[in-house]
Amino acid sequence: MSDGATRLKRAFAEAGRPLLVPYMMGGFPSLADSRDVARALQPAADILEIGIAFSDPLADGPTVQAAGQAALDQGVTPADVIALAGELRDGPPVVLMTCVNLVLAAGPEAFFRDAAAAGVAGLIISDLPCDEGDDIRAAARAAGVAIIALVAPTTSDERLREVARVAEGFVYCVSVAGVTGGAVSVDDDLRSFVARVKAAIPLPAVVGFGVQTPGHAGTIGEFADGVVVGSQLVRTIEADGAAAAAALAAEMRAALTGDA
Amino acid sequence: MTDIPTRFGPYGGRYVPETVIEALDEFARAYSEARDDPGFARERDALLADYVGRPTPLYRAEGLERLHQAGPIYLKREDLCHTGAHKINNALGQVLVARRMGKRRIIAETGAGQHGVATATAAALFGMSCVVYMGRTDMQRQRLNVIRMKMLGADVMPVDSGSGTLKHATSEAIRDWVTNVRDTHYVIGSAVGPAPYPEIVADLQSVIGREARAQILDAEGRLPGTVVACVGGGSNAIGMFRGFLDDADVALVGVEAAGTGIASGLHGASLGEGTPGVLHGSLSYLLQTPEGQVAEAHSISAGLDYPGVGPQHSHLHDTGRVRYVSATDQEALDAFRALCTSEGIIPALESSHALAAVARHGREWGTQGPIVVCLSGRGDKDVEQAGKAMNIDV
Ligand SMILES: Cc1ncc(COP(=O)(O)O)c(C=O)c1O
Repeated sequence: MSDGATRLKRAFAEAGRPLLVPYMMGGFPSLADSRDVARALQPAADILEIGIAFSDPLADGPTVQAAGQAALDQGVTPADVIALAGELRDGPPVVLMTCVNLVLAAGPEAFFRDAAAAGVAGLIISDLPCDEGDDIRAAARAAGVAIIALVAPTTSDERLREVARVAEGFVYCVSVAGVTGGAVSVDDDLRSFVARVKAAIPLPAVVGFGVQTPGHAGTIGEFADGVVVGSQLVRTIEADGAAAAAALAAEMRAALTGDA
Repeated sequence: MTDIPTRFGPYGGRYVPETVIEALDEFARAYSEARDDPGFARERDALLADYVGRPTPLYRAEGLERLHQAGPIYLKREDLCHTGAHKINNALGQVLVARRMGKRRIIAETGAGQHGVATATAAALFGMSCVVYMGRTDMQRQRLNVIRMKMLGADVMPVDSGSGTLKHATSEAIRDWVTNVRDTHYVIGSAVGPAPYPEIVADLQSVIGREARAQILDAEGRLPGTVVACVGGGSNAIGMFRGFLDDADVALVGVEAAGTGIASGLHGASLGEGTPGVLHGSLSYLLQTPEGQVAEAHSISAGLDYPGVGPQHSHLHDTGRVRYVSATDQEALDAFRALCTSEGIIPALESSHALAAVARHGREWGTQGPIVVCLSGRGDKDVEQAGKAMNIDV
């Protein structure tokens, strides 16, 4: 398989429209159920994002925190989630999302070797800003796993140029100064933020945090290259199950395609 | 403008969501500008003198010397600071900088409640709004401080996750900060967190060691043989140690919480028993599972009940400049009682861990010269918990 960054870029190039990136927590509601969730989300997913639960996530709101805690309470490990990704390798590219300590504890080389062997295309590390983790980035690059950079509305233009030096695959634009799970306001601030990012970083720009409705997705798709929908799917899985989440994802994808 | 160090050996760094990076840069800039501004130093020093009550005394504890048949033993009386612990040195300094940055809202985490009280105090003094995150368990065992914070006008936000202790309160405070970073300054209460916090907190607490060094030279005409402090996140300890780091002949000892015993697995000895990892924004020793999930700490003392430790301590541990030992809950309670009855001083349970190390090693240490103990706080907050352990019925 070609390296993760190439596969991710190709996914954007081939779609010719904004991509839908559904997020799910690995091991939630249970490890077995999360396999069903993944299979249910795959048809609507252009890229599938799977969280690896960490005990002390700093960027997560109550919904994702609780899902992660439920996974941890059931003993779900990073190895379990990487194995789950391996089962999904025939589908859309998988990116994992986690916190830096789980990578350090495994040892970056071992972590990325296992992730690459499972066909994982990229890793989002929510607490690894662009000026940290040279050793982690080197290990990821050697294994062919893209480290997806995150940028926020508070990121200056000068810093965006630093991010551009390390960003791979796509760039994750955090829609609001805040944790996951709020509601995005799709306004001029968001538009100009994404425009700033695109001017500084020559990679597809994907917007996440607070994308809740097909309406959000459709509007953001007018100026971004993709959207991540996370907490809203987690809430839907919890309340109504995987099929309902898949239906929501399908609506979002239709909104991005202009079929809504 | 002097740059603020971000690493201590390999430890430290800024492992935080991108959203707060700009605010960390801004804080570092504002602090180094403030440091170079004589007006800032004047204002801070005046407050430390007239409001906090500095310099705090270095008191010779002859009752304790008789009890342990060791000495001389000196106590650095941070318990006499306004609000009852060293925490005010840091809180006041940070709130002054927050005011310079134009921030109107202050947030903090607290374990024992002393940092929460100190921050609420500084916020009241400068008319800022203040929110303090505190674990549910800690709110119960440090009830007095919850009441004090509320009296001072702070909102105390209970944190229910996990064991309801300092780790959880800190995570929640950081999440608040990520969300409200534009108008909010996060006053971290110990020498932990992402850079520049560990350096700034240590710098603001270094007044303890500076004073103690001058005071012991005055009293004894020589440097101490041993300097001892308890270590939660490590702010009173690093503040004290910074006065003596360059004095190679002064032995420095940090005392972590051994909880119900190291062998029981229920303790807070991050340096003694942990491995390097990232918690709350910096790389440092950490109690964690092999997969990297952060473990729950355990201690009778809410201020030491934390699975991490400040990054400079990790470096000082690796280099061997500081020796880190631990004391159990029971040893701390015994030391608490001993100070009450031998000196008429009720210490904080945190500080009692440092006293417990003196009870254990004082005879030996005493042969090397005077012993200086950081009495980081007073024990009013602990009277219910310690009173129960001492079978005091009222
Ligand atoms: C009196 C006292 N001493 C010590 C500590 C531990 O903190 P640190 O290690 O930062 O000094 C606390 C924390 O709450 C405290 O209240």
